[in-house]
Amino acid sequence: MEVGLIFLAVILASLIGWMLKQSINTQPWVAENVDEASYQAPFNARPKAVALATLLAVITSFFALLVSAYSLRMELGDWVPLTEPQLLWTNTVVLILASIVFQWTRNAARNGQSQRLRTGMLVTGVLTMAFLVGQYIAWQQLHSSGHFITSNPADAFFFLLTGLHALHILGGMYVWTRATMRVFAGSENIEESIQLSAVYWHFLLVVWLVLFGLLLST
Amino acid sequence: MSYVAIADRDHEQEHHDPQTFITKYVWSQDHKVIAIQYGCTAIFVGLIALGLSAMMRLQLGFPDTFSFINPENYYQFITMHGMIMVIYLLTALFLGGFGNYLIPLMIGSRDMVFPYLNMLSYWVYLLSVLILLASFFVPGGSTGAGWTLYPPQAIMQGTPGIDMGIILMLASLGVFIVAFTMGGLNYVTTVLQARCKGMTLMRMPLSIWGIFMATILGLLAFPALLVSAIMMMLDKTLMTSFFMPAISSMGADPGYTGGSPILFQHLFWFFGHPEVYIVALPAFGIVSDLLSTHARKNIFGYRMMVWAIIAIGGLSFIVWAHHMYVSGMNPYFGFFFATTTLIIAVPTAIKVYNWVLTLWEGNIHLRTPMLFAIGFIFTFIHGGLTGLFLGNVTIDLPLSDTYFVVAHFHMVMGVSPILVVFGAIYHWWPKITGKMYNETLGKWHFWMTFLGTYAIYLPMHYLGFAGVPRRYFAMGNTDFLPESAQDLNAWITVSALFVAATQILFFINVFITLRNGKKADPNPWHANSLEWQTPDTPPRHGNWGHDLPECHRWAYDYSVPGYDDDYIPQNVPANVAPAGRDHGGEH
Repeated sequence: MEVGLIFLAVILASLIGWMLKQSINTQPWVAENVDEASYQAPFNARPKAVALATLLAVITSFFALLVSAYSLRMELGDWVPLTEPQLLWTNTVVLILASIVFQWTRNAARNGQSQRLRTGMLVTGVLTMAFLVGQYIAWQQLHSSGHFITSNPADAFFFLLTGLHALHILGGMYVWTRATMRVFAGSENIEESIQLSAVYWHFLLVVWLVLFGLLLST
Repeated sequence: MSYVAIADRDHEQEHHDPQTFITKYVWSQDHKVIAIQYGCTAIFVGLIALGLSAMMRLQLGFPDTFSFINPENYYQFITMHGMIMVIYLLTALFLGGFGNYLIPLMIGSRDMVFPYLNMLSYWVYLLSVLILLASFFVPGGSTGAGWTLYPPQAIMQGTPGIDMGIILMLASLGVFIVAFTMGGLNYVTTVLQARCKGMTLMRMPLSIWGIFMATILGLLAFPALLVSAIMMMLDKTLMTSFFMPAISSMGADPGYTGGSPILFQHLFWFFGHPEVYIVALPAFGIVSDLLSTHARKNIFGYRMMVWAIIAIGGLSFIVWAHHMYVSGMNPYFGFFFATTTLIIAVPTAIKVYNWVLTLWEGNIHLRTPMLFAIGFIFTFIHGGLTGLFLGNVTIDLPLSDTYFVVAHFHMVMGVSPILVVFGAIYHWWPKITGKMYNETLGKWHFWMTFLGTYAIYLPMHYLGFAGVPRRYFAMGNTDFLPESAQDLNAWITVSALFVAATQILFFINVFITLRNGKKADPNPWHANSLEWQTPDTPPRHGNWGHDLPECHRWAYDYSVPGYDDDYIPQNVPANVAPAGRDHGGEH
């Protein structure tokens, strides 16, 4: 459970640090009129960004607990390590490329370059789908070499972790589809949506790198 | 983005005022309607769970009397009663119900920041409830694994409902977690982003603090339940071996290759313990506001109350293994968890002291909500103290799996939050419906519920000490139990049926006042927080009419010296105060 606890400690430490800033030297019982000039809206009032950050915390908790379960299970005596297919390296590179292209697309959206934006969205989608297909082929390779989800704990965890990660990417692809349709319909105000999607892509890349590292090292 | 921009967004929303019956009351995006939908659904399943507990008590009090209760049914009743009460009633009612209703009104916002997501959250929750209830009607019936769903027995021959029951239970939990996450993102974002001008974090009423922190706990803890539900679902359907050990069942080999049941327990309780506080923290917050309002005094130690909520929330994540002392853990491990468990008593005790000190020399109005709030202090202290017993490994080992544990957790997370639920419903009833409830009926409801629950749970502690085990269908001729234990069990059953029956008073009150209740004053309790200052009662869509409120003070300016009124609402400007008097009492 160490991973889960470390994650929690980080979240709580940031919460407490932020709370200290809010509450030290405040005297809640003192009535004071709102000072229009010095008033700061909570954060920058970007509800979607705050909601995404919260969602990422939830997903982090989800994967941190899976990793905790993995490491707890590994400590039991009967663990048989799995040799991961080499294809995963290629898939990793593809996912990194998808992230880079998405970042490039985001910059295009910010600078209002609509041609680059359209190309970027399509390339991102293709690369991400390529990653998913690659993961599927990796599963097939494992199946053909006799590794199934029921074979042993390491195999089961491999399929579970990669499968759940792929599901999260599929969720991202749903948002990507909607954003791309809006881009091609030429709608305005798409920048925030693309920026937040890019953040989600980077986040899932980091999750994948952590999972891949864990799978490789065990 | 500044206020103006937020206000603009709000005006946009107003253009979409719901017109038809369907958009106004069914597919509604208004947080108040969604709150009522959540509340009604949660109370409806809660009544089913109450009925199940009555059946269990009938069997325990009068064994061999009722032919319609067999051992399989009994375990199904236990399981569904526990799961419904903890998750589908209390979690949904406090966060989906009160969270939805109170957050925007108390922080001075027009609605949740994502109304559509909010609506979706309710309908997905309803779906999870329907899946759960469907499991009563599938072949084999609902699961009888106990609310903890421990493997391997949860999916092994011999436990009721291992065909479809357990699958529907796990699916329903998964769907519930999706619904909760959608709601939770909304609550957190709304509290962080949509507070009205002047509503600093340290001016928020404690109800909001409790709901806010409980939501954060839920968002971080429910994934643990989701992970364990997914893995157990795979064990059940695809025959993986995450939790299922290599085991033989009735002489046959079911084909599992060696998983770890203890792993499930860790994951489950990593969710399960914070879950206690997901239910308790909103209750703590709401009860603070009820006590302060009806005692006409500021809450004692507001900042400490906030920090205690945060400390309890943080600590609740590092005590989970105290539910697993009997699983055979390393003694040092047990020592660690006993220590953290006892430490959590410190912020909790701070809260209890502060509630009592809020009452001290207050101008106490013993109206129905206040009775429930004070009743909560009693039951919570009672259940909390037995928690100190059970937190110690050496005391827990003999008491584990006895009625003592049942009495403890029912006192602390059954009766106590339910008393707050009732207190809160009575307290906000005039605002929600615009009608005043019947005070006499309310008081009868309180006294019968409060005294009745003591009649149920006090004797249970003694039965636990005598060694009566929990989860047993019937005691049979157990030598170490005296005959009188059964008499006490019968008494508990009679009391339980009595308390269950008296809840009808609450529903009579609801229906009578909805039909014929007299019109309520917009602020009958002379309360300070913003929800009582709305231009309409009940508040209309958008809550605040044309202008958003501004907040100039905390919610606890009661009986401030030098004022004619004994309350100053949060939206009263500071310069109304007489010179030198704007520091509102000593504190």
